Amino acid sequence: MDEKTLDDVISRYDSPSGRLLGILGEIQNREGYVPRDALEMLSAKLDVRLSQLYGLVTFYSFFSLKPVGDHVITVCMGTACHVRGAVEVLAALEQLLGIEDEATQDGKFSVTTEDNRFTLEIARCFGACSMAPVVEIDGNLYGYVTPETLPGILGNYGWRES
Amino acid sequence: MTGAAEADLPAREAAGLRKLKPDRPRIAVGLATCGAAMGGDRVYRRFQEIIGAGGDDIMLTKTGCIGYCREEPQVNITIPGRPLVILHRVDADDVEEIVTAVRAGEVPYEMALCRVPSWDHVTGTTVEYGGGFDRIPLYQDVRFFSHQKKVVLRNAGFINPEDIDEYIAVGGYAAAKTALTEMEPDAVVAEVERSGLRGRGGAGFPTGLKWRITRKAPGDEKYIICNADEGDPGAYMNRNEMESDPHMLIEGMIIGAYAIGAREGLIYLRAEYPLAIRRLELAIAQARTCGLLGERIFGTGFDFEIRIVTGAGAFVCGESTALIASIEGRTGRPHPRPPRLTDIGGGLWKKPTDLNNVETWCNVPVIIQNGGDWYARIGTEKNTGTKVFSLVGKVDRVGLVEVPLGTSLNTIVFDIGNGGSQGKKVKAVQTGGPSGGCIPVRLFDTPVDYENLNRVGSIMGSGGIVVMDEETNMVDIARYFVNFATGESCGKCVPCREGLKHTLLLLNKIMAGKGTEKDLDTLGLLADTIQKTSLCGLGQLAPNPVLTTLAYFREEYGALVKK
Ligand SMILES: Cc1cc2nc3c(=O)[nH]c(=O)nc-3n(C[C@H](O)[C@H](O)[C@H](O)COP(=O)(O)O)c2cc1C
Ligand code: FES
Repeated sequence: MDEKTLDDVISRYDSPSGRLLGILGEIQNREGYVPRDALEMLSAKLDVRLSQLYGLVTFYSFFSLKPVGDHVITVCMGTACHVRGAVEVLAALEQLLGIEDEATQDGKFSVTTEDNRFTLEIARCFGACSMAPVVEIDGNLYGYVTPETLPGILGNYGWRES
Repeated sequence: MTGAAEADLPAREAAGLRKLKPDRPRIAVGLATCGAAMGGDRVYRRFQEIIGAGGDDIMLTKTGCIGYCREEPQVNITIPGRPLVILHRVDADDVEEIVTAVRAGEVPYEMALCRVPSWDHVTGTTVEYGGGFDRIPLYQDVRFFSHQKKVVLRNAGFINPEDIDEYIAVGGYAAAKTALTEMEPDAVVAEVERSGLRGRGGAGFPTGLKWRITRKAPGDEKYIICNADEGDPGAYMNRNEMESDPHMLIEGMIIGAYAIGAREGLIYLRAEYPLAIRRLELAIAQARTCGLLGERIFGTGFDFEIRIVTGAGAFVCGESTALIASIEGRTGRPHPRPPRLTDIGGGLWKKPTDLNNVETWCNVPVIIQNGGDWYARIGTEKNTGTKVFSLVGKVDRVGLVEVPLGTSLNTIVFDIGNGGSQGKKVKAVQTGGPSGGCIPVRLFDTPVDYENLNRVGSIMGSGGIVVMDEETNMVDIARYFVNFATGESCGKCVPCREGLKHTLLLLNKIMAGKGTEKDLDTLGLLADTIQKTSLCGLGQLAPNPVLTTLAYFREEYGALVKK
């Protein structure tokens, strides 16, 4: 993120209430993760210790320190989705994308395929529980997902059976 | 902004009514998050193409969600002089047929869910649509709706949530005007006290009392906050309240701020709800343009502003002290109370602060409009009013259900929800999210209120009701919640951080078929200790799923352990 964009973002927060989370959230939304140089710039501009910012980014699960792939797939692991088969959906996605279950360094589940095209993550609940199980891809929600419907959905994002 | 224009409610009301009942047909597509995801977006775009091509003989607009999520996408048709007709399971391919029918003064009967000849918006406004279409069932005869009582969701699925005029047309902001121009702040607090309203965020604390305490706290700088973190997985009523009727929340906060004496209100909204954020931002901007937020509201000396703060995905931040830390830009770790939020030194930036849940705020306008006594007659003596529940999981009719408090689980799960999905047998429900418990079907005559849910080992929480059927393994459910709570524990206190971890290890062991009877006793002991010694509600309540499944489904544990 360049300095001017960051200044723009910062200028939109005229109140200290919710400022840090708001700015970090916008960085995350724009970049797909929170790059270290953005954190360093932010630390200097707001006169907030880098360690404090780092603490926030690792505490809150919305932020990620690692770049993500071209498409981010998030599986809801909320209760409604759990009782309606989220575990099977996650397993099927891992298999289709050829990735193995592994936790990242900051303890969050986020795995990117080797070709960098897909990142697989999990979430707590999208509040779309009526259509459980739910998967979100690049901000689009898909409901009533089953291992059988997944290949068709992934196909919209350039995935092909290998 | 100085001397903001006095809100011209009558003009807006007239404009809103012309939009709700235009002199030409109106088509409104249900576009809350789930409706849109189920294809409502495509349906809307298709309507745009087809109607656009034929001129402006039909008004196309959006509406929120009426709660019958299984039947999405839904489309409302209003033909002048005719009842409002709700179409269900509409596909983009149906749109041409719908438009052709509407242009001929008809509706496609086979897509119709129900008709609404008139709708009571509860705040004194009833919109009369008209008669006819007798072959289509009436709204109140649809089983999903007939046991419900809409108070908080009275406008959801009827008005366009992106248009303040429509909210005003159905009685909106009249209560705020009454409160600010005709009532003393103390009288507003007294009215809320009289209503018996209890906080909808989980614990059921009396709202009027919390307001009075904050009002009386010393200092003239105070805050009010709306808790829109909606952390319980499986609960999504707050999302719909914000997406389908954002002005109701804003109006409730205006009234609360006036009563408490706050000039700034914050809405702590989870980042997972982008549409709710957008709609609230828009609603706040509209309210400001109309002079309903800003300086000298209704020409009085009262100034008030609302700001949205987005959360960042930490369950514990729904807890009051962690939420404050989070808004202040710190990691959301709870601290022991007192000081409470309402105390000086305990709230946001150390100022006395009143925190209420979205649905609590949404109840306020109707209480002021119709009176606390009116409200207190709904529900039961100590549990007044209605509550919105999200009925999800393995239930046939999934959706958002609003019923008077004290309604039994039987009514909710069987009469409204029609029992298990795909004809399977319902075994239990889980209420209250990770802090709640599992209630077996034999206890479904339990009235759903704060005390009775506690009595059976669960809690109200924010109103999620997740249905489990014969195929659900209850030990797996206990493990699921403990895994959740372990992941969300902030790590500050030992009982929660370590106790939950060991509970999880035990449950994993039992699930793997390696547990013993002794492990079951240890589980109970651990749960008891965590409950009694944790610092905040997260830890104190996290054992509930274990304790209730041990109490009610011990045989499922028994089947897994070595003899
Ligand atoms: C771990 C934890 C999570 C919570 N999450 C929420 C939440 O997501 N939404 C909410 O309104 N209240 C939540 N609460 C309850 C709040 O702390 C607080 O009691 C409530 O917002 C007060 O509002 P009310 O009086 O209107 O219910 C949570 C409490 C705990 C202990
Ligand atoms: S539980 Fe998955 S969307 Fe709510």
